[in-house]
Amino acid sequence: MITCVSDDSMLIRLGEVIEPSLTSRIATYCRAIEARFGDWLIDLVPSYTTILVVYDPLRIDFRGARRQVSQLLADTTLSDTQETGAGAVHDIPVYYHPECGPDLQTLADAKGLTIDEVVDYHTSATYQVYAIGFLPGFGFLGSVDEAIAAPRHRSPRDRVPAGSVGIANRQTAIYPKASPGGWQIIGRSPTPMFDVESLSLLQVGDRVRFHAVSRDEFRDLGGSL
Amino acid sequence: MKLLKVISPGPRTTVQDAGRRHYQKHGLAQAGPADRVAFLWANKLLDNPLGAACLEITLGGLEVEALAGLTIALTGADAQPRVNGRPVSNWHTLHLSAGDRLSLTTASCGRYSYLAVGGGFRSPVLFGSQSVVVREQFDALQPLQAGDELAGSDRGYSPDRVVPASAQPDYGLHLPLRLIAGYQYEQFSRADLTRLLTSDYRISAQSDRMGYKLEGAALQTPPPGIVSEGIALGSVQVPGDGVPIVLLQDRQTVGGYPKLGTVCAIDCYRLAQRQPGQTVRFELTDLATAQNERALLERQFRQTTWTPAGDELRWSD
Repeated sequence: MITCVSDDSMLIRLGEVIEPSLTSRIATYCRAIEARFGDWLIDLVPSYTTILVVYDPLRIDFRGARRQVSQLLADTTLSDTQETGAGAVHDIPVYYHPECGPDLQTLADAKGLTIDEVVDYHTSATYQVYAIGFLPGFGFLGSVDEAIAAPRHRSPRDRVPAGSVGIANRQTAIYPKASPGGWQIIGRSPTPMFDVESLSLLQVGDRVRFHAVSRDEFRDLGGSL
Repeated sequence: MKLLKVISPGPRTTVQDAGRRHYQKHGLAQAGPADRVAFLWANKLLDNPLGAACLEITLGGLEVEALAGLTIALTGADAQPRVNGRPVSNWHTLHLSAGDRLSLTTASCGRYSYLAVGGGFRSPVLFGSQSVVVREQFDALQPLQAGDELAGSDRGYSPDRVVPASAQPDYGLHLPLRLIAGYQYEQFSRADLTRLLTSDYRISAQSDRMGYKLEGAALQTPPPGIVSEGIALGSVQVPGDGVPIVLLQDRQTVGGYPKLGTVCAIDCYRLAQRQPGQTVRFELTDLATAQNERALLERQFRQTTWTPAGDELRWSD
């Protein structure tokens, strides 16, 4: 379903519920739209269940853009999706420790777990990149196990350091830069999430795994505390 | 070559060109001038490419010294510009000699002023654009600081021009914000939609290039949060407190608050020029009206040339 949302944008809604297979379809559609409509396409914003398409209203109107995009989506077959839909898999090191994860102990206590058990839960899942936003390179990853799901802080911290790994409900994320933030911080990653040349490390449709590293390994990988 | 030296940047001055394309999927803001109309006029006065980089000056306060003879154009909020202490006119081209000091005081009306030089300013390009988004904290894209020297090309081009009086807006006027219904509009209650369309809202002091927060009749039963989705320019977001926020150039790319639709682009440019305390009222419009008006605005800059007197535009064939 494609609806008009502004005088230069339309929203493609591909489903109502969050599910990984939808995300790989969204990633495939985004690549197809970018490849085909360079002459009038201004921007694309993929998210959990939608793609926002920004067009140049001097080159095409809503009806024309909707018709062209609908046709392209209809022509993009399932086999194309299966072939190209599998995004990259990132294996991201995290130093899980109260010295850089100020919420790690309280989260473990609240959940009746040890810190090691929290880390086991966080590192045992493969997460889908559902959306990029909030900050350049900030990927919304899901879903964390219910056993370690925890709400955002009621009042956000003024400053969450770059690399911080957080949990908000059943989502997890890595802060690419220092920023105010309300997520429950359980550790820190040395991996740069955004680079001015190569841009966002994560793309919608990619998958992410985390693995625990020691303080020394974290530092050797370029992390700072 | 070096054109201007910053003596004082005022509350905030940034370089803005037309903004970014194709980078929102990386979480980067759209960026670009908060008031595209005044920005286009600044470039048009100097026959620049319409996306040439200008200075966007927030609430006046900028003071610069000319490092060479040059012609500039100044548009947007009238911050009572002076050259060497002598008042000069906004919406005009201005000729500066090396050593001249241009100073802006406070903008009593309007919020953003635009300063263009022939050919545009040179500054670092990231993400296909020179536009600065302060909250993104990129070292190469920072607001102006005292002592900065601004470079551009000197084309030795010095027209005498003034924006036609009929095109110089009065930012003091009450502003209707024309809303294109969309996103979760249908999920708001009839009572809340009536409240929205019949109430005056004041612009809050918590307003900036990310968005303009409004104060006034809160919506009583906004729908709950949604699955995060892409946010178009002008989106009217309603968080749990029921008070709408209009999202502008430096907005986040995705968000999970319900939205009533979008304020049409032209009214976003006008909104950006309003100061805290000024009032707005929402009214519904349709897509065709909004797109026609926007296309006409853009064509007015693309398909006209200055008359020899430099105070009128003529449509080209």
